[in-house]
Amino acid sequence: MRFHIRILFFALAFVALAARAQLSIEITGAGAQRVPIAIAPFAGENAIGATPITQIVRADLERSGLFRTLELPPLNPMPTEATSINYAEWRSRLADALVVGSVGVLPDGRYEARFRLYDVVKQQPLGAIAYTLAKNQVRATAHRIADFIYEKLTGERGVFSTRIAYVVKRGDRYELQIADADGAEAETALASFEPIISPAWSPDGKRLAYVSFEQKKPVVYVHSLVDGRRAVAANFKGSNSAPAWSPDGRTLAVCLSREGGSQIFLMSPDGSGLRRLTSSPAIDTEPRYSPDGQWIYFTSDRGGSPQIYRMPASGGDPQRVTFEGSYNVSPRISPDGRTLAYITRNSGKFQVALLDLVNKQVQLLTDSDRDESPSFAPNGRMILLATVLGGRGVLSAVSSDGRVKQRLTVTAGDVREPAWGPFTE
Amino acid sequence: MRAIAIAFLAAAAAFLAACSTSPTDEQKGAGVEERKPAVGTVEQPRVATVDVTKSQPGVNLLTDPSSILSKRSIYYDFDKFDIKDEYRPLVEAHAKYLRENSGAKMLIQGNTDERGSREYNVALGQRRADGVKKALTLLGAKESQVEAVSLGEEKPKSEGHDESAWSQNRRSDMLYNGEF
Repeated sequence: MRFHIRILFFALAFVALAARAQLSIEITGAGAQRVPIAIAPFAGENAIGATPITQIVRADLERSGLFRTLELPPLNPMPTEATSINYAEWRSRLADALVVGSVGVLPDGRYEARFRLYDVVKQQPLGAIAYTLAKNQVRATAHRIADFIYEKLTGERGVFSTRIAYVVKRGDRYELQIADADGAEAETALASFEPIISPAWSPDGKRLAYVSFEQKKPVVYVHSLVDGRRAVAANFKGSNSAPAWSPDGRTLAVCLSREGGSQIFLMSPDGSGLRRLTSSPAIDTEPRYSPDGQWIYFTSDRGGSPQIYRMPASGGDPQRVTFEGSYNVSPRISPDGRTLAYITRNSGKFQVALLDLVNKQVQLLTDSDRDESPSFAPNGRMILLATVLGGRGVLSAVSSDGRVKQRLTVTAGDVREPAWGPFTE
Repeated sequence: MRAIAIAFLAAAAAFLAACSTSPTDEQKGAGVEERKPAVGTVEQPRVATVDVTKSQPGVNLLTDPSSILSKRSIYYDFDKFDIKDEYRPLVEAHAKYLRENSGAKMLIQGNTDERGSREYNVALGQRRADGVKKALTLLGAKESQVEAVSLGEEKPKSEGHDESAWSQNRRSDMLYNGEF
């Protein structure tokens, strides 16, 4: 009996630990001009019994670094989407934009969240939406509302509904986790006692390719997230690593050592149709497709030091892309194809650099010293990366203009290998 | 006493003959009993027992601390891939073992220190493992016996973040089948 109680205790302790091991986000810098926005608590939102919708919307918008949410005094009555708006009153509260709404209970027990967005300066409504939601869809609904507000006010698509993948190492255990872009709702896709690196999202956001060392060597897997079905994509003699999806999802670029050295090959995600892309006596690895699918950017030391090159995805002559410095690796092309983020070694520090592919200007985006694995948000506004803080691996994000910085930490363990997922409908 | 010694010599001769015969010799020899029998024996050639239910003597050689074969790691200087002179005897001993034990298979795992890109480090570790594989095959190990892979920076021997830790982590490890 005592034995059973002890087991139960340990089980509970483990559950508690797992529950606490969630990413939390800290904003360490913000844009110069932030839009002041008033988000009135939705009438009836506390009845759902979860984190209030408007609290999540506020946190999303604040985290983007583009908005400043206003502290509101208690309002009676609370304005809702059905209330007529006194623009002058909201203008005097210094709001440029206003969100009001309410949550009602539907006959089937689900809820309906309705809201309206107003431009207080121009004194005009910007739109209204109603979402039906179950109790467990509060966060997802709040992220949709934040995406709507973000897009209406900035003109670009919001990424609050997207997800991120990353690897947590805790003791000798590795977990590939998927979380909302705000770090909440983390779920484990794969747990292993051997390392997992290089997660790469399929363009439809349904699958991840990654490298697992569970067979005592690097092997590339493709893993379906919804049902956990995984298949070996590349397990040739030697090492198999660095998977990257083509924008149409039909081709996987990988780095293989099967023919000696480390060279880039193309194949179907199911492992068929293997063909070699690069042929050099040097290291060619870390392939990435350009968003139009025409080019493959990669890291090569063919010139003596690791630099970034690109070549046509159909094969051809590589061209060197980076020239400053003696260590430039991990190329990531922005969603609009205009800039290239990569890791550069700068006086012994590994930092994120951004190269404008049009005017060839290079800008350092971070001042940390062990940055790795940059990953663009699908709207190109932020770059997620791994770095080390106080001896521990943490995730960090920086806006592509370098102004906004965020830090994402878990309570226990090392976090690394982030990959920002695509837009999904 | 003398009889036992003669019998032993006969058995050894038969064993060596069996070892040195190529398939064509074997065919030619079959059924042709013209060879002079060794002095004083009229017995059939002995049958050598291969017993795989017990651990083979070679396995002990691989783990016996007094055997050079129990040493499995080759360490590298920063950003280097060449096998330093001090590791030559080690590589030669493992090549000899692979040569003499054609059933033995080896996995070479190349490793790097933690600095830089994880994927680029996989490629750097591969270059180290490929170098060991090349040396072993040049010394007579068969290509099919050896697989060179990389663990990059993922499996450090030392968890520290300074040169003394990094020097432990820039290495190739040689593992035999059953050990990985």
